[in-house]
Order: sequence, then structure tokens, then C-alpha cells
Amino acid sequence: MAFDKMELRDIEVWDGNFAAAQALRQAQVDVVAAYPITPSTPIVEGYAKFLADGYVEGEFVMVESEHAAMSGCIGAAAAGGRVATATSSQGFALMVETLYQASGMRLPIVLNVVNRALAAPLNVNGDHSDMYLGRDSGWIQFDSYSPQEAYDLNFIAFKVSEDHDVRLPAMVHQDGFMTSHTAQGVKTMDDDTAYNFIGDYKPMNDMLDFDHPVTYGVQTEEDWHFEHKARQHNDLMTKVFPKIQTAFDDFEKLTGRKYNIVESYDMDDADVTVLCMGTSVETAREVAKEMRAKGIKAGVVGIRVFRPFPFEQIKEALKGVKAIAVLDRSAPGGTPGAMFNEIAGALYNTDDRALLSGYIYGLGGRDLTKAHLVDLYTELQANVDAGKVTTPLQQFIGVRGPKLAFL
Amino acid sequence: MSEIKKIKNLKDFSTSADRFEGANLLCPGCAHSIIVREVLNATNDDLILSASTGCLEVCTAVYPYTSWDASWIHIGFENGSTAVAGAEAMHKALGNKGRLKQPDRNPKFISFAGDGASYDIGFQWISGCFERGHNMMHVVLDNEVYANTGGQRSSSTPIGSSATTSPAGRVSYGEKKNKKDMMAIMAAHGSPYVAQVSPNKWKNMVKAIQHGMEVEGPVFINAVSACTTEWKFAPEDTMALQDLATDSLVFPLYEIIDGTELNITYRPKNVVPVEEYLAAQGRFKHLFKDEYKYLIKEWQERVDAKWDYLQKREEARV
Repeated sequence: MAFDKMELRDIEVWDGNFAAAQALRQAQVDVVAAYPITPSTPIVEGYAKFLADGYVEGEFVMVESEHAAMSGCIGAAAAGGRVATATSSQGFALMVETLYQASGMRLPIVLNVVNRALAAPLNVNGDHSDMYLGRDSGWIQFDSYSPQEAYDLNFIAFKVSEDHDVRLPAMVHQDGFMTSHTAQGVKTMDDDTAYNFIGDYKPMNDMLDFDHPVTYGVQTEEDWHFEHKARQHNDLMTKVFPKIQTAFDDFEKLTGRKYNIVESYDMDDADVTVLCMGTSVETAREVAKEMRAKGIKAGVVGIRVFRPFPFEQIKEALKGVKAIAVLDRSAPGGTPGAMFNEIAGALYNTDDRALLSGYIYGLGGRDLTKAHLVDLYTELQANVDAGKVTTPLQQFIGVRGPKLAFL
Repeated sequence: MSEIKKIKNLKDFSTSADRFEGANLLCPGCAHSIIVREVLNATNDDLILSASTGCLEVCTAVYPYTSWDASWIHIGFENGSTAVAGAEAMHKALGNKGRLKQPDRNPKFISFAGDGASYDIGFQWISGCFERGHNMMHVVLDNEVYANTGGQRSSSTPIGSSATTSPAGRVSYGEKKNKKDMMAIMAAHGSPYVAQVSPNKWKNMVKAIQHGMEVEGPVFINAVSACTTEWKFAPEDTMALQDLATDSLVFPLYEIIDGTELNITYRPKNVVPVEEYLAAQGRFKHLFKDEYKYLIKEWQERVDAKWDYLQKREEARV
């Protein structure tokens, strides 16, 4: 069997899902084990159609649940080949057990997570609850803000995940519907360029090497479990960022598109900063420019790599900033918010500790409007002027009813 | 295609190169290791194996050791079948792409799981694997109880058995539900081969395993595994228990080909009363109290009825 190359225009109009599907095709993924769930379904449908049309060669295993999808991906990855799948929300939650198993076995798998709220109440729209649910799973987590980035970051994810010094699975996140179903111009790579950026899959400890049998998924108790987990954490902390940086640099040389572990916009002289992820970054960037026209030195910081958490890069990006709003798009479940806590932790031992306030927004796909962000920057500037946080530490944006604020 | 391994006699069989080592932590007298050896020794082909969480898994791959001289994976309790299915899909993909390191080999994909991991928590995963038609074999080590976690009932636990979550007591005779008929369920998936085997009937078992390895598609093997710890008998009596199980027809040995053609593969010369099978095990001890003796009679009737049904199915060829 063989497959045909696909002729792409330099710029295609793709939504985030199709961009990711095209990336899986160009990566020539060997096995996709998948289960449908809104809004990520079109990614694996795309792979299936490319297979049906002879534009990719591999096995599409349509399983009976997301748990089985990741289980099949684990078996396939351990066998020794390129593996990817996609999911969202409840499907992601069902996968969680196997996410830990995949990373614990050091298997390179790329999982496209089209972010969606977690029930109850049931909701198909985008927020970051599922992304946050994966944050302790030992995976690398990339966050894209647009279809272009969903496309590009898949290649970065394969390259880093499959690196023999890393051998950790990676998620590529995009916002449900806002990215996954919104068509935009996407600059493409031709098939050869895209594939060669990642290169052939290089097997390591592959079960299918019959002359060198391997044992995956052993039992370890108090005698060895801690060492395994510590080693995995060590590799996440020390090995992943250098590889990501190299991949970003190589990718920029190849395509001219530059990515950073932490993205900074208008941050050179910023007094007030919004820190967020996903599609909100673009909205915040627009508002920051408008605020600057009004004389407020506004900037935006976007998290590009959520795990490992870019502790040092965050400190660097926020150096000299006087007030920061940390935006969490996930029900905080009784804390100020996961990202708020991370940022507070990163900045606590720094000299110029900025005024920090947290905002919960956009749950279940609720819009974050420019007006919300104007108010937010205005509050930050008031904090700067007063020299202290003048608002409650945690506020809810855009929720009906009396203003909701805590702490 | 690979050749079917020729096995002359039990000595020849039991001394052929082991890919499952005796160095493991299973209880003395556990039938699991005997079953696994009989499965692996049935072929000389390469093996891709999995085990679901359970006795076999926790006793054979305790870091930094492994009892497996073949590639082996354990993911979780429910998904050992799908682990092997994923590996089988990768083998197919790489074969089609011309990227297999040893393309001339003919590996067998086999998942081992207990009855809990097969009848209960892993049921959906197995069903999915069989519906999709992966070229694999799922072997149940059926000891009718969650032995690894200390003897809780599963849907394979038979009526009257005392398990820790269905204990016999002052006012209870233990498990109230009859064992789930997994053979019928798996045959209904359209599996090309479904067989119930027992390691004491090793020739019968090897024949079934070799048949299962030769056919294309998902094969289901239900292997009776006497559990010295939870069935409560002396570890040296394992084979005697297996003999009682098969010869009392509590575990009739039969196969179902392509979901319809049923063949009884072992007919005991002297059928042993079910009572003898029950009497040999501590888990049924309470059934011999006067007030529960009617259950022993019901047991015998149930076993007779099943045997009658199997014979009718065999005759009818449907």
C-alpha cells in the first residue's frame, strides 16, 4: 500500500479541528484509536477520511469509549510507532486513568484536546476544565489560541514527545468551538516539509522487536514507585523545555512562525497585565492596544506550555509589572483558581511582587467580551494607583446575578 | 504462516523452553501459572502479551523483575484486551508500511485477565475488541472470585459460594446469583473460536489454544483456574480440584466455532457427582448444613441441565 500526497495552498481556510486533522495526516500517524465527542470529533473523522481517500497510511481503530481509545493508543505506542488521538471534556475525564498510565510508561502519544466544560450541568462549549484536569497527569501540555497554532503545535508536540530524551506524551489544546469550529486562514507546509520536520518515528523499547522483549507497566510499591515518579518529574522539569525551545527555533527557521514557552504581547513597559490562555489571548491583545491609546500601559501574557509549568519564564515575562490579572477559565472548586495559584507561587519569592488578582470567566462557553477586559484593565490600573489590590482577590466575570467575588 | 508446534507428550510439553518463568510470586498451588505455561508453550511463534490487573499481573512483573520472556504490557484492570488490540493494530500498520523490524515473524497477540477483569470491569473493552475483530486471543483465568483483592464476589462467582462480599452466615448461604455465561456471550459476538479449557486436560487445552492461534480474528478462551486460597483447598490438590471440576461437568469442556457450531471436547468416562466437587472446597462448606443441602441438589440439577443443553446444541449443529 502507499498513499498520495495532498496538494495544499500556501494558505488554507481551516478551522482548528481540520487543521489538527491535517497535521495528523502530514505526520503520517501509524495508529489512531479514537472515540467521538463534541467538539473534537472532526479531528479523528478527518484522519478516517484521509485514510479512506488514500492520503495517509495507518490503522484507524474506532473503539467503544475514550478510556479504550487511550488504552489502544498505549498498546500501539508500546508496540512502537506514531500514535495520536483527540478528545474533549467528559471523554477526557473518562481517559484520566489511562493518561497517568501512558505518561508513567513513558510513551509518546499526541492527544488533541478540544477544550470543553465538564458536567454537571452538561455543556458542549469551551472552557478549560478538561485541560486543568490533566495538569498533574505527567503529560506535556501545549495551548493553541487559533487554528494556525493548533496546526503548528501538533508538529512541535510529535517532535518533543518522541524525542528519546523525553519520551513523554503531549497534549495540544485548543478552545472548543472558538478555535475548533472557527475557520481562519492557516499557513500550511507541504507534505514533505511537514513530515520531515518531525522525521521518521524512531522506535525505542518497542514490543514488536521480538529479539528484545520488553515489560511495560510493572508493579512497584514503596520500594521503587517514588523513584519512578521522581524521575518522570525530573525529566519534565529539566529535559522538556530545552527540547521545546529547540523545536520552536527549528520551526521558526522552517516557517517563520515564532512560538515562545510564554508569549508576551506589549510587555516591554507594561504596568498592567492580563494573563490567560486560549482564544482569550487574542481578545486581550486587542483590548491592551486600545487601553494603551487611552494612556494605560497594558500588556498580555499568554501561557503556551501549561505543563511543565514555565515557572522561570513566567517570572521573566512578568518582571517589572505592577498589577496582574490572572484569568482562570475553569470552575475553581473552592480555591482562587489553579492558574492564579501557579502564578502566585511563581512570583512569591521575587523582589518586585506585583499586585495579583484573579478572575473566573467564560465557563461553559460564556463570552469574554472586550468590555469585560476594559473593565478589568481599568481595575488593574486602579490597583496600581492605590498601591494595593482594591478589589476582592477573586471575581467572576460575566455571570448573571449579584456580583460574585471572594477573598 | 507459522507451523503448528508438534507436541509429543507431557514430558516434551512441560520441558519445552519456557517464556513464563517459574520465578513468580503466585501462591503455591495456583493454577494460573500452569494455564499460562500451557498457552505459551502451545506455540513457538513470537508473543505480544498483556495482563490485566490481578493476581497474575502483580505476581509476575514486580520491578525490577519480570517472569515474562516475551513482550508484555499491563495498563489497568479493565483494558488489557485493548492494550493487545492496540499493539495488534500497530503491527498491522507497520506491516502495511513495510516498517516491521522482523517482517517474517508471525506474532500471536494474547491478553490474560481474571474473571473480574473479564466478566465485570473489563467486559466492555473485551466486547469492543471482539466486535472490531482484532487478531488476538483473550484468555480468562477463571477462578470465580476477585482473588487478588482478597476474595470478593464477581459475576463469575457461582451460587452458594462464600465470598467476602457475599459471605455465608447465620442467615445466608453466600452468593445468590448464578455465574454469568461468558462463553455464550462471546460466541454471540461472532467470534471464530470460543473454548472452555482446563489445564488438567492439557492435550485438550493445547488443541484448543492451537486452534485459536490458527484462526483469524478474536478468540475467547475461558480457562478454569482452581484457587487454593479462595476456594480453600490444600495447595497440593490443585490438579485434583481441576479434575473434579471437569469430571463433575461443573466446568464442561467445549468449543463454539463461528458463534454457532458447538462441540463438546471432553466427555468424562466416569462423571463425578457435583457434591464431591463442592465438598472438596471450603468456600462451599456451609452448603453441607442440613438447611442448605437442597442447594447441592439444585447444583446437580443445574449442571445436568447445562450438560443436556450442550449435547442438544452439539447434535443440532446450530
